[in-house]
Amino acid sequence: MILVRGGRLIDPASGTDAVRDLLVDGGTVLGIEEPGVIRPEAADEVIEAAGLAVLPGLVDVHVHLREPGFEYKETIASGTRAAAAGGVTSVCCMPNTRPVNDCGAVTRFILERASAGGAVNVFPIGAATKGSEGEGLSDLGELVDSGCVAVSDDGRPIGSPAVMRRVLEYSRIFDIPVVNHCEDLGLSAGGVMNEGKTASALGLRGIPCASEEVMARRDIALAELTGARLHVAHVSTAGAVRALREAKARGVRVSAETCPHYFLLTDEAVDRYNTNAKMNPPLRSAQDRQAIREGLADGTIDAICTDHAPHQADEKEVEFDRAPFGIVGLETLLPLSLVLWREGFMPLMDVVRRLTQAPAEIMKLDRGRLAPGLPADLALVDLDAEYRVDASLFHGKTRNTPFDGWTVRGRVERTLAGGVTVYRRGHE
Amino acid sequence: MSFRGPHLLGIRGLSRGDIEEILDSAGTFRAVLDRDIKKVPTLRGKTIVNLFFEPSTRTRTSFELAGKRLSADVVNFSQSTSSVVKGETLIDTARTIEAMPAEILVIRHPCSGAAELLARSVSASVINAGDGMHEHPTQALLDLYTVREALGRVEGLRVAIVGDVLHSRVARSDILAFKTMGASVVVCGPPTILPPGLAEWGVDVTLRIAEALEGADVVIALRMQMERQNAGFVPSLNEYAALYGLTRERLDAAGGRMVVMHPGPINRGVEIAPDVADSASSLILNQVANGMAVRMAVLYLVAGGASA
Repeated sequence: MILVRGGRLIDPASGTDAVRDLLVDGGTVLGIEEPGVIRPEAADEVIEAAGLAVLPGLVDVHVHLREPGFEYKETIASGTRAAAAGGVTSVCCMPNTRPVNDCGAVTRFILERASAGGAVNVFPIGAATKGSEGEGLSDLGELVDSGCVAVSDDGRPIGSPAVMRRVLEYSRIFDIPVVNHCEDLGLSAGGVMNEGKTASALGLRGIPCASEEVMARRDIALAELTGARLHVAHVSTAGAVRALREAKARGVRVSAETCPHYFLLTDEAVDRYNTNAKMNPPLRSAQDRQAIREGLADGTIDAICTDHAPHQADEKEVEFDRAPFGIVGLETLLPLSLVLWREGFMPLMDVVRRLTQAPAEIMKLDRGRLAPGLPADLALVDLDAEYRVDASLFHGKTRNTPFDGWTVRGRVERTLAGGVTVYRRGHE
Repeated sequence: MSFRGPHLLGIRGLSRGDIEEILDSAGTFRAVLDRDIKKVPTLRGKTIVNLFFEPSTRTRTSFELAGKRLSADVVNFSQSTSSVVKGETLIDTARTIEAMPAEILVIRHPCSGAAELLARSVSASVINAGDGMHEHPTQALLDLYTVREALGRVEGLRVAIVGDVLHSRVARSDILAFKTMGASVVVCGPPTILPPGLAEWGVDVTLRIAEALEGADVVIALRMQMERQNAGFVPSLNEYAALYGLTRERLDAAGGRMVVMHPGPINRGVEIAPDVADSASSLILNQVANGMAVRMAVLYLVAGGASA
């Protein structure tokens, strides 16, 4: 048994923000008590958490682990090590692997690799259509039976409204969320960054906000039509936030996520053709950034995720048009999200909720909260520690982040997944 | 000054003083070109590589001749003969060429930002000869030179730029260049090929060519490419010519005193009527002749030359 002693437990599900001792037994939480109630002699190991925040391990519902098929970018082992270093104990991995995760065999392969060499819990997201081609439905029953928690065609939005309708309807058998990357590819027309003043000045093709909003509104209408669960991936625009807010008010079963770069950066970060600021959807305007913050604060956007997308430096050090979309995020998720609290946009409890309880509920995971009988997934965090992000020290395989060199506050000191320490700063 | 050695990547970042120095230096080289022996020993022993990843005849020829007139060794490296087709990255190609070694790389590339990427990757001087839809600084400089030569000044002039601004690197560089030199700029074209956010650049924007020509001292017509019609940016080249073509009637209706320019190659009867292109008010051939002098000046200055 392990005693985590004297930490400030912040658990949004129970509304706890107080110093508590936490007893872990065999991978699950056995008890949570006021200081002194649990006798240290009861434990084989005592982890001193005084001065640290004890959070439920973070849940990231949008991660690219790249295995199978792109192991040079990331593997399940390296990606979950990066997660552990970021205090993330559960990741939902997207199906855009090679082969695409559109059948039980691939799902089982991922889960076997995760249990053999993964540092944290892995919950695969299956492809909504075969090969993510946007035509015939995958065998959703087989995917769910094999362990998938949701379906998505990831970066290849389902273009046909009729196919999207069928996917949503069929998903009701399993009551799993259908995750869509909302982007009208016709409107994006080969764009590589946000449409606007910066793109025009750089001579880069723009992706208009309407590209996201047109499809978000389509999908909301289809969710309403079918009664299925829609989850809108990486929301980046003010118009999409408005559409989601209206839909939720009407009772549509829709949830949404965004990423730290959408509430911290704008398209000006692309200046001088910085390919580490190239992702899809692209960084938007200051007004969009503000709307994302407001959407997180009022709960229109449920969860903060990373869209962790590793690419090697030689893939990124090319002409901007030719660089792949995507940045890594697992190792900066927590400190970057805490900016929302420090700058007064949200209470700390709500920031933690968007990183833990809320994403876990979207995917129906028994994670993201701390209570007796639940898995002992914990992040021990020094909320005040200030440090510089140094991408060269990342545990993942790649360094493609626009936040390299940023000074941030809030450092993960130790991460436990299922009661096992999977990361301890300075002891790697 | 900020630009001399090592690079010329764009008009953005150049001060008025920088631009004046280039234009003055170009004037000196223009005089050289009028001599019997059109060659000076300025860059003897230096190597210039023209890295052209996009088809180009006039710009490449202009840079090639400019380098030869300065007595540099000039090598052309074009897409069809390059190892790019073998999958080599731009950075690897450039480092290989630099190792030969070469002091100045002149790059034309279909991707915006390619010149900037190159400059970050090599120690040679880089001159942007047109990158994607971004900038074409030597074209803007030769446009300034040509206007100054014809009208005696740039400051206070009204410059109209008509056409496909969205896809035009020339337009971006011209807008920056003419504004920096104190001219006012009006941009005109169908809204499908005007870039979003254009009004924030400090230019006037109009959809009507008559408004653009009103009071203009200089009109720059941009090349209208056939691909734009096929991609649905305009219904047809005929319709484009009817709504936005530079015709004698339109110029006369606006007073008819303006000079007309075009970066070439021109589509006669599309963006510019043949009689306008060939008229006395057309500076199109002056642009070509001045281009070489401007490029000599730029090569000379990036190589570290003092003001002439």
